[in-house]
Amino acid sequence: MKAGVVVFPGSNCDHDCFYVLNKIFNIDTVFLWHKDRNLNNVDLIVLPGGFSFGDYLRCGAIANLSPIMNSVVDFAGKGGYVLGICNGFQILTESGLLPGFLMMNSSLNFICKNVYVKIMNNSLPFTKNYQKKEVTNIPIAHKDGNYYVDTSIYKSLKNNNQIIFQYCDASGIITEGSNPNGSIGNIAGIVNIKGNVLGMMPHPERLADNVLGGREAYPLFQSIIDFLDGEV
Amino acid sequence: MKVYDQFNYPEVDIALAKSMGLSDTEYEYAIQILDRKPNFIELGVISAMWSEHCSYKSSKIHLKKLPSKADYVVQGPGENAGIIEIDGDLCACFKVESHNHPSYIEPYQGAATGVGGILRDIFTMGARPVAALNSLRFGLLDDQKNRSLMKGVVDGIADYGNCFGVPTIGGEASFNQCYSKNPLVNAFALGLVKKDRIFKAIATGYGNPIIYVGAKTGRDGIHGATMASESFSENTAHKRPNVQIGDPFKEKLLLEACLELMRDNYIVGIQDMGAAGLTSSSFEMAANSNSGLLLELDKVPVREDDMTPYEIMLSESQERMLIVAKNGFEEEVKKIFDKWDLDAEVIGHVTEDKLIRLNWMKSEVASLPVNSIIENAPVYERNIKQPVYIDGVMSKTLDINQPKDLNKVLLELLSSPNISSKSWIYTQYDHMVRTNTIILPGSDASMIRIKGSNKGIAISSDCNSRYCYLDPYMGSVHAVVESARNVAVSGARPKAITDCLNFGNPENEEVMWQFVKSIDGIRDACNYLKTPVVSGNVSFYNVTDGKDIYPTPVIMMVGVIDDVSKKIESFFRKSGSKIILLGENGSEIDGSEYLYTVFDIEAGKPPNINLQREKDIIDFMVEAASCGLVLSAHDISEGGLAVALVEMSVRNNIGADIVIDSDIRDDLLLFSEVQGRVILEVDIKNIDKFEKLIRKTNIPYSYIGDTCKDILHIANKGEKIINLEVSYAKKIYNNSLEERMN
Repeated sequence: MKAGVVVFPGSNCDHDCFYVLNKIFNIDTVFLWHKDRNLNNVDLIVLPGGFSFGDYLRCGAIANLSPIMNSVVDFAGKGGYVLGICNGFQILTESGLLPGFLMMNSSLNFICKNVYVKIMNNSLPFTKNYQKKEVTNIPIAHKDGNYYVDTSIYKSLKNNNQIIFQYCDASGIITEGSNPNGSIGNIAGIVNIKGNVLGMMPHPERLADNVLGGREAYPLFQSIIDFLDGEV
Repeated sequence: MKVYDQFNYPEVDIALAKSMGLSDTEYEYAIQILDRKPNFIELGVISAMWSEHCSYKSSKIHLKKLPSKADYVVQGPGENAGIIEIDGDLCACFKVESHNHPSYIEPYQGAATGVGGILRDIFTMGARPVAALNSLRFGLLDDQKNRSLMKGVVDGIADYGNCFGVPTIGGEASFNQCYSKNPLVNAFALGLVKKDRIFKAIATGYGNPIIYVGAKTGRDGIHGATMASESFSENTAHKRPNVQIGDPFKEKLLLEACLELMRDNYIVGIQDMGAAGLTSSSFEMAANSNSGLLLELDKVPVREDDMTPYEIMLSESQERMLIVAKNGFEEEVKKIFDKWDLDAEVIGHVTEDKLIRLNWMKSEVASLPVNSIIENAPVYERNIKQPVYIDGVMSKTLDINQPKDLNKVLLELLSSPNISSKSWIYTQYDHMVRTNTIILPGSDASMIRIKGSNKGIAISSDCNSRYCYLDPYMGSVHAVVESARNVAVSGARPKAITDCLNFGNPENEEVMWQFVKSIDGIRDACNYLKTPVVSGNVSFYNVTDGKDIYPTPVIMMVGVIDDVSKKIESFFRKSGSKIILLGENGSEIDGSEYLYTVFDIEAGKPPNINLQREKDIIDFMVEAASCGLVLSAHDISEGGLAVALVEMSVRNNIGADIVIDSDIRDDLLLFSEVQGRVILEVDIKNIDKFEKLIRKTNIPYSYIGDTCKDILHIANKGEKIINLEVSYAKKIYNNSLEERMN
């Protein structure tokens, strides 16, 4: 399989994602420049974290207007697998590939720390190597991670098992105190209805390498890579 | 009409020169050098170049005393940053710089542009920044003004560093009344560069084009360097236009474009536009190369149409660079900047005449000789005099009674802002981006791995300014030693420092005495520990309303660990291991956090330092780490033994059962800041190996207890003097700063 990491001006987790895919998982990986439309025949697209275009208008809003995003939307429409992390999640909501918005954290501060996250749905290509309801400790680093959707969409996300990650405490209980940013329903990550587009605020690329103190997010990459390798 | 006349600049006279910060004699000297009266543009340029900030005129002769050489030093002081070898050809490029004055006037932008400036210093040299730290000082937090300054500063650092994508992996923050109207914001950055890809600020090759790249020039920050060389009074609001505005997104683009440019051989030299903007970058490049520059100022990209040469030369607009390209490669350079949507304009060329000549619409509007302005810049050996207060604080008898409840005292210390966890600050910084941070903030030193190498880099920032106030020489020795110790207890070998020397008004001979003593202390400690000073910054005039800050020479130590898997953090790892004290307890209590927090006393003599002992401990720690003998280690500093034990306990909720048999009075035993002490956690199965290694040294050591479940007990001579639940101590330690800020 082949993976592509999109580089917007202001992306700053692009090299981190590239490193995990290419050096930790030995996957053929390329950077995709925001001004291009060619996806280079990749099987997986990662929209990395960072501050695309400085996030000066609204997080992800300008990045969504980049030429590459037209191709990403087409790719996803045809069932291609897309992972949006942090700023990438924000761009996915701007593009309409995922519902909802990411507002400023309820504390109004940037928050960088490890949080507990529960895997709510392990039946997807992105999550099948996790146990159901498994609790992982994984970094977040954002100022705008306060996920919001209206009640009816929230219900449909819930009913369709589209809520993949929820903030929780160390024992896996979903509490208000364990919600770092004010997200509705402690949502940390969701998929689209088809299950091929995943957006998440936590940074899996920061915890897939033992030297960084753990590999709790390793199964996420392993899941999708196994799946796509099986497909190819 | 001459082109110059169209700008209607004021007539130059002594009063105007003084308003720009020049003294009478400096103005006379300028006339003598030029053999004529400078015009308005030239006067602005000269006053910026001769400001304390740019010229180091008061510190230069003293800075020469600092050691700067070692076989691994690739670049010492004098360039944008210092460089040392890390692993073969791979080098670390680092520097610390102050942004104190702007941060007081406008905390958010002042701090943000401090970060931006230091990052540019690093990538100007061809190094990609991989770590940032900062050292902050504020007045007491019960004052709303100080809280809002701190909030703005932290916010500014966070927004700039996070957006740029450099991890802010550590630093320090402390609080004292003396910083109330003069906060200190010292920003550090470190980058990685291959030895043969280092770029310098040179302008050689007559006729080579000078290319301006990055953001457009605006009216922000005009005469910022002069502002940074003045004391403040009550009314500083009018100085706000002197503060620059930062754009981290533009800086990120500039970084990527510059590094892409540097992969090819299109350029000769590059210099960022920092303090005094285009003025200092052009003079420095020409001076470094014994050449001249002709600048067509009307070609400089500007934000507003009617900007004049004076404004263009003195603007401190951020995110700009000056490049000297090889003749004929202008288009290649422009293409790269175009890709990143940045301006790149040829604005002049290198000349033979050793002049900086400024043209406007092809007519000369200013001309200054490079060497006279730089090499013959004023240098002062200012008078020094021991401050009157020194005898007072030294002779004060410190007669305190031991408080009854030492648990309560410990909790009071844990909740004091100088000791409590700084997580309110560092959780606002992205300290993990680039996925290299292997010791996160909160440990003795922060550490990054280097992808593609086994080695890692440990960094610690230290200065106890109370010690420096009481004894500037000893306090400065302390700062160097503590930073080295912090790096060593993490398992890394201390290699070199960068320093940020924050002082009051150098024209005050008592302040100058503090400065000279401080330099002597840094020199002696660095010589002893063989850690040269490779870069640094001096910030004078930290005075508000006639009150000088405490001398604050911040030391940032950079060390190298050969195998990152051998790193040591300062948090207990498991219960049932042995706790060992390296060094000896004592009763020195002068200048301690205990005296300050509990008794409001800042007096006496800072603790003694035995440099040989410190060196032995550093050597031992590096070896013990490489043998994997130590589970965790923490040096004893502010707050003494008791605070150090709590700091080791709270992260992983592991307590300690400590049993000591000492004649030292209990409060002094717990809270003395006697130097040369490290607490180690050693697995029982490694005790034999530990004994073997430690016996080869002259370091005294003792077994003081065991790690245990979740209680901190300390007993002396059979009597329990501390008895605390770790979870409770943790709550106090972790939450106090945040509670103060909300």
